[in-house]
Amino acid sequence: MSTQVETRPEAGTEPGAVRAVADHLRGYWAEVRSGEVGALPAVAGIIALCVFFGISQPVFLSVGNLANLFGQGAAVACIAMGLVFVLVIGEIDLSAGFASGVCAAVMAVILTNWGMPWPLAIGAAIATGVVIGLLLGTLVVKLGIPSFVVTLAAFLAFQGIVLMILEEGSNITIHNETVKAVAGGNLERWQGWTLLVLTIAAYAALQLNRWRRRVARSLVHEPLAVVVARIMALGALLTATVFLLNLERSANPQIISLTGVPVVVALLGGFFAIWTFVLHRTRFGRHLYAVGGNAEAAVRAGVNVDRVRIAAFVICSGMAAVGGIVAASRAASVDPNTGGSNVLLLSVGAAVIGGASLFGGKGTVRAALLGGAVVAIINNGMGLMGLSAGVRFGVTGAVLLLAAGVDAMSRGRGKLFGRH
Amino acid sequence: MLLELTGLSKRFGPVEVLSDVDLSIDAGEVCALVGDNGAGKSTLVKCVAGIHGIDGGAISVDGEARTISGPRDAAALGIEVVYQDLALCDNLDVVENLFLGREKVHGLILDEDSMEQLAAETLSSLAVRTIRNLRQPVASLSGGQRQTVAIAKAVLWNSRLVILDEPTAALGVAQTRQVLELIRRLADQGLAVLYISHNLNDVFAVADRIAALYLGRMAAVLDAADATQSQVVELITSGRSGSLGLGADTNGART
Repeated sequence: MSTQVETRPEAGTEPGAVRAVADHLRGYWAEVRSGEVGALPAVAGIIALCVFFGISQPVFLSVGNLANLFGQGAAVACIAMGLVFVLVIGEIDLSAGFASGVCAAVMAVILTNWGMPWPLAIGAAIATGVVIGLLLGTLVVKLGIPSFVVTLAAFLAFQGIVLMILEEGSNITIHNETVKAVAGGNLERWQGWTLLVLTIAAYAALQLNRWRRRVARSLVHEPLAVVVARIMALGALLTATVFLLNLERSANPQIISLTGVPVVVALLGGFFAIWTFVLHRTRFGRHLYAVGGNAEAAVRAGVNVDRVRIAAFVICSGMAAVGGIVAASRAASVDPNTGGSNVLLLSVGAAVIGGASLFGGKGTVRAALLGGAVVAIINNGMGLMGLSAGVRFGVTGAVLLLAAGVDAMSRGRGKLFGRH
Repeated sequence: MLLELTGLSKRFGPVEVLSDVDLSIDAGEVCALVGDNGAGKSTLVKCVAGIHGIDGGAISVDGEARTISGPRDAAALGIEVVYQDLALCDNLDVVENLFLGREKVHGLILDEDSMEQLAAETLSSLAVRTIRNLRQPVASLSGGQRQTVAIAKAVLWNSRLVILDEPTAALGVAQTRQVLELIRRLADQGLAVLYISHNLNDVFAVADRIAALYLGRMAAVLDAADATQSQVVELITSGRSGSLGLGADTNGART
């Protein structure tokens, strides 16, 4: 993160401040060179893809398509956020896709066939996800069956359960407006702006407070300029996004007006904040990384490793349920293919593209969102170019391979620098 | 005496791994435990650490008999073990490793600043200058630095007896010297150190007393100042050396 040099008191004076920033950047670059690439490949990928598709298909950069991207990527991003927890402890959940299908089917049956209110249906869907996670986690942890096998079996079984719930493959339409609004609704303009202000204010407060505390205790801290620059960069990015999404994007504004930040953006943002907090600011999150890094060390340090691992599976399947709800909401129906076909692979791909490691011990919620964005942009852009599904699968596969390659190489590079 | 073992015995099935072992360690001293492979060094450590139960004899701390039935009991008595494989998480940074399993929290939230400050204080009290950035992942540290982190992790908790299992086995010359200096400083700060090693040069460089195990029996406990390397080698390989060591009537005397 930073080097010792930054604690020098002259950081406040002009040349000192400049040097501190320069030192900080040098420290960051050294980290990147030693294999700690973080979100860099995903961000670079997003920019490159946007430039490419923006030039070849100008409609890609339209406001309407921007809003579309969020809707298209949301379900995969939700599942990927959950998968990060399982990847961090060095396991895999191949059943997350169909788990989302099972949960969506449960919701659809309760909502449409039984006519029950939506909170009950959504609650039941998430509870189903939690139970699935408990079951998978217990099988992996208590019986010691490799997660690859357990979740591969669950992958097949859940596919069958979806068919059974949907009575041999009929599809169930969702009429409830609230549920449909999860993926299809937009916030009012003022709601979008309010959310933006609150988000930036919260982020700035957290960052500045942390900086102030570390200075007060004379711990190693980043130069203030870097902290402020980061807050301003995030603020500018979010403001631009909200501004664009608040523009009219309907083809016929006279008939139907289409403006505002999609509800699903707020949903993704909320889960991002919650899970990032859990992963980086709580004891449980620390223990997840420890289990993924060296389970034996975690055991000796008194960490309840079994409980941590089961909890990771519960979070993963719970987020799969959220992904299932989003997918059902977007399609306004649930069919045997909900959560099927390539959903799981795209989700794992998203997490890995964003920087989570299949070897365990590494991964962030941000990675899932950035990787999800890459996957969504590829599918969206190539769809606009009129390329066939075959080509899209091929390209997504190539990008995933590239991301896994970057991961493996950064490990290799780390070894050169004394990492293990 | 901080730690006193009297008549300690341990069997694995019919095999007697430790029989009637006496050993005492006082605060402020480094006691080296030497012995050939299979002499029972690791078993002895694991009995004190609470990983193995004992089949006979007694362990007393501060003159009080104690039963240590798990690593937590040992930790509560101020006994910490640094195992040969260090048990560090490569993906966590130095502070995170030092506090693993005993993180400081404010309610739900990790108190990173306090932990970092305490880590810095601990390392500086051990006069460790080799680790500059406490927020770098342990994976990027050298072998000696990793050993230092593992030792600091053991002394962070007001521990009184630190047991080190072959801490210098995988280190180069300069790093070995650093770790030996660190061991000496632990003792100078009033901790008791039980130091297990195969390397007699290292043992003589740092130990106050040398305890030699031979086939599960305590052959002799010598003052390092009075002992010679060849004496210790004989004790390790045959259980006796001149007038020292196991009597002719024991199995250990056969050479």
